[in-house]
Amino acid sequence: MTARFAATELNLSNYRTERRYRLMLFSMTAMLVLPVLIILGILVLKGAPMISWEFLFEFPRRGMTEGGIYPALLGTIFIVVVDLIFAMPIGVAAAIYLSEYAPDNWLTRTINLAIINLAGVPSIVHALFGVGAFVIFFGFGTSILAAALTVAIMTLPLVIVATRESLQAVPQAFREACWSMGASRWQTIFAVVLPNAISGILTGLILEVSRTAGETAPIMFTGAAFFLPFLPESVFEQTMALSLHLYVVSTQVPEVPEALPYGVALVLIGIVLIMNAISIVFRSYLRGKKKW
Amino acid sequence: MVASETRTKVLEVDNLSISYGAKTAMSGLNLDVYENEIFGIIGPANSGKTSFLRAINRMDAFDTNMKVSGSLRFMGTEVSAWRNAYALRRQIGVVFPLPVGLPMSIYDNVAFAAKLRGVKGKAAIDEVVERCLTRAALWDEVKDRLDSLGSQLSGGQQQRLTIARALSQEPTLLMLDEFSIAVDPVTTMRIEDVLKELKKEMTILLVTNLVQQAERLADRTALFLSGSLIEIGETGALFEGQTQDQRTKDYLEGRFG
Repeated sequence: MTARFAATELNLSNYRTERRYRLMLFSMTAMLVLPVLIILGILVLKGAPMISWEFLFEFPRRGMTEGGIYPALLGTIFIVVVDLIFAMPIGVAAAIYLSEYAPDNWLTRTINLAIINLAGVPSIVHALFGVGAFVIFFGFGTSILAAALTVAIMTLPLVIVATRESLQAVPQAFREACWSMGASRWQTIFAVVLPNAISGILTGLILEVSRTAGETAPIMFTGAAFFLPFLPESVFEQTMALSLHLYVVSTQVPEVPEALPYGVALVLIGIVLIMNAISIVFRSYLRGKKKW
Repeated sequence: MVASETRTKVLEVDNLSISYGAKTAMSGLNLDVYENEIFGIIGPANSGKTSFLRAINRMDAFDTNMKVSGSLRFMGTEVSAWRNAYALRRQIGVVFPLPVGLPMSIYDNVAFAAKLRGVKGKAAIDEVVERCLTRAALWDEVKDRLDSLGSQLSGGQQQRLTIARALSQEPTLLMLDEFSIAVDPVTTMRIEDVLKELKKEMTILLVTNLVQQAERLADRTALFLSGSLIEIGETGALFEGQTQDQRTKDYLEGRFG
């Protein structure tokens, strides 16, 4: 009688296999955490002593071996803001078109292919494109505007894809219910689709900000300067930027104290993490309000 | 049917065919629906019932894959000839199989159609919301929480909410597509009572997979089978066995397959 319910050899071996694979997959996943912890750990350990009011809000001194990072910090913020002014409306509008209006034809497929390819172009190639198009052809010179436009083009696919995904996550039934009441596509988008996709759209924008703040190659030829003793007064001037500054103090300037590059890196990653945190808080707030 | 020819025809369907790409969903449909009747449509899955409803309110405009041919007149005018498709859809209320409470407040769910129609002023919209929720037998349950999310109501409440929403369009034609699929029997009965009342003011197209529901509600019933109309008749007569087609008899008696 009992034998019928006892585990057979086959059951046991299945169970062992199951356990083995789960352990393997889990350890692969856990390994992802390791680099993050190590990077953050080293940065905080070595960079934290550098962080002070003066470090954040003073100009570099003595050939950038002393003083703060104020112009670079401000420059990165300028580039991000100008980048968002262009990338956000274009990206969100393109995503709305692709998700809500575009028929399934060769043109749409071509556009989608172009977006994927745009995302795959190496950043240094974007940099050269930016020099040719914005710096020379449009005559913006090496400037905040040219740098921000170059990064905007580079990061557009990110915004478009994230926004499109979040729009498509809104159930089709909502749209049909809305249409059947006599709402147009735009009224439907405005009343039902966008309010429910907003958290995903926000994620896309945060990703965009993080990428923009961290990019070096596309801005070093188009608008970021090695060192400037003053702040830019318009978008047509060059600026310093955190990412390039990190590269400079790490490799180009002799006799920089060891902690300084770590401090710069910590500020850079801090901006990204703070943006992420804000988006998480904002999203959970929005999710609490909207549910289906 | 004694005086049917003198009654106003809300829908006149003549040789209607619907296809999605290479797949035909409905072919050669002919039928008329009269004012103030409940017209039941029964039939198994994939018989073209929902496609027919979608052709009436021109959802093919949102689905490039869907092709409609033949003649389909609503209130005497070809639906494809309505210059303003939005105005056409506003006259046709739709209730879907699974309740679709829009992710907005209960109040906004019902106020939405009124706002689309151009009703202005809080007092006027308040009136529409209360009247429609009352007629859908939901007002008493939600009147104290009109600001909470429509999508958080129970399934049966949500389905009554969608009926209230359809009523807020002040429709000429109300189309219900298997409305009771996700609704408990008690709520189903309440909704059926509501429908019997509504019949006095509008025409109702009732697609149902419950043969008994058609028997209880419909004045006339049509059987669809794999994209074609098998038979239309007075519901009472059909259920008494006066059918032209053996398949209708089999379907009504549940001997099908």
